[in-house]
Amino acid sequence: MKLDKYIEMIRIRFLMMLAYRTNYYTGILIYSINIGAYYFLWTAIYAGKEEIQGLSVSQMTAYVAISWMARAFYFNNLDREMAMEIMEGKVAVELIRPYNYLGMKTMEGLGEGIFRLFLFSLPGLVIVYLIFPIHFTWDLSVWGLFALSILLSFFINTELNLLTGITTFFLYNNAGLIRAKRVIIDLFSGLLLPISFFPGWVQSIMKFLPFQGISYVPSMIFTKGFSHQEAWAAIGQQFIWVVILILPIQLLWYIAKKQLIIQGG
Amino acid sequence: MNAIEVKNLRKEFKAYSSRSGLKGAFRDLFTRNYKVVPAVNNISFSVSQGEMVGYIGENGAGKSTTIKMLTGILTPTSGDIRVNGMNPHKEREKFVRTIGVVFGQRSQLWWDIAVQESFRLLKKVYKVTDEQYDDHMQHVIKTLDIEPLLDKPVRKLSLGQRMRCELAAALIHNPPLLFLDEPTIGLDVLVKLKIREFLKEINQKYNTTILLTTHDLSDIEALCERVIMLDEGKVIYDGALHHLKENLADGKELHFQFLEQVDLPAVKKLTSGMPVKWDLDEKEQVFIANLENDDLLISQVIAIVVAAFKIKDIKINETSTEEIIRNIYEKGAVEVG
Repeated sequence: MKLDKYIEMIRIRFLMMLAYRTNYYTGILIYSINIGAYYFLWTAIYAGKEEIQGLSVSQMTAYVAISWMARAFYFNNLDREMAMEIMEGKVAVELIRPYNYLGMKTMEGLGEGIFRLFLFSLPGLVIVYLIFPIHFTWDLSVWGLFALSILLSFFINTELNLLTGITTFFLYNNAGLIRAKRVIIDLFSGLLLPISFFPGWVQSIMKFLPFQGISYVPSMIFTKGFSHQEAWAAIGQQFIWVVILILPIQLLWYIAKKQLIIQGG
Repeated sequence: MNAIEVKNLRKEFKAYSSRSGLKGAFRDLFTRNYKVVPAVNNISFSVSQGEMVGYIGENGAGKSTTIKMLTGILTPTSGDIRVNGMNPHKEREKFVRTIGVVFGQRSQLWWDIAVQESFRLLKKVYKVTDEQYDDHMQHVIKTLDIEPLLDKPVRKLSLGQRMRCELAAALIHNPPLLFLDEPTIGLDVLVKLKIREFLKEINQKYNTTILLTTHDLSDIEALCERVIMLDEGKVIYDGALHHLKENLADGKELHFQFLEQVDLPAVKKLTSGMPVKWDLDEKEQVFIANLENDDLLISQVIAIVVAAFKIKDIKINETSTEEIIRNIYEKGAVEVG
């Protein structure tokens, strides 16, 4: 009963995504172009080499395809939406409703993610599978671990978005911060380059940051770059980050509500 | 129990000021000048269940700030608020179930989806059962005449259509207390009348308390017996609207239009020595004599003017509420006997 409204919100977000079909089609196009570009880039880089940093060329191409497809699920613009709502004063309307604003935002993100997963990633993956000679595993336990892992990716990424969104209360205009966050996540999450390709000292720093839990972990699980044991350890780490990130969000949200100023009347 | 009880409520904001020039802009990067401005300055009032109260004031008088504190959005700097027996900010989630809010300037419906989907979500959010919803909302939908709008996305609605839907959305959980922040802003007369009638009906049927802020005094005249008037964060009048009118609207206005060319000094000269203040509405070429409500004086003035110039039209008006309010703000205080 208590989850009712949150599930309803997922449905609403579905409807909203459907209201903007053009976005949906251009999205598929952009993702296909990206996957294609990275596919050709990596095959050129490998050019005859058996493997680089422990990843074979077929693992690498699968890595690229799957990490973009996973991105469609975990990625959302909650930070930008929150910034808009806060700057335009719409957050006032959210606060007169008997629900948890951040919880509701997370559900909106989840609705968006599920929409993209089924209507965007899955058909996209089939197309990619047919066009490019990409080798996917059919090991069900790998798929299971992967599903669990991208769910945690979603939560880590969403939490970082909420955190960025809340800073609008203090900075009033945080467009720069939002853009910086996006670049950092694309780079350090392992979307553009697997973490194992970074220099050793960077890798050891990244171990203490939440970013690799967003893209690197699920993609490595899927391409069997991780053994089962490593996979479970990585998922455990993701889970720890999900829990840790709740703290700064709750703290900032508490302070923000205290000194809230609604813009514009 | 009073629906709203406010004691010594105060809200301060920091007003930042920018230094001038490039050098000043650099200094602003590190330290900024500000002063503390009270937007709401120790106000107290109470509203009992079932009352319809007009909350009026100029722009920036602190109306919206008060509403935001009463609805639990803003934390007061100091003072006590009890609304529906609760502290709005402390028990926010439980509290907001007992109120409905309409902000005329921002929508609470989801912009891209059909109105009925928003209603469906709000129904879930407020945990309204199907029976309650059918019983109450069928009636609301019928009275506001929004049945044909339900399957349209909000962005395709006109302002009047949207406002009616907003009002219905605020009433889904049939709250005992309704806050309306400029609900009729920018609406045409027909929609305004419909909304007013609807609010009256809701108030009678469910004994709903309504606190209304507006710049349109005809709303207040049509709905509210009581007004609370705010100026610079302070309550300057709290009482019956008719009382305000009786005590302050003791003047009359005589409107003259002439057939011949007449100027202001000429009419002033006619009534020199009499307690009459003349104004000229240049666009309409209407000469307005403001004077006390004294039958003898009025007929004297009319007699003199009619004798001197050829008349096209004469009207005798009571001072309008708007005029009264304007006078109050110019004086900054209300002295009611």
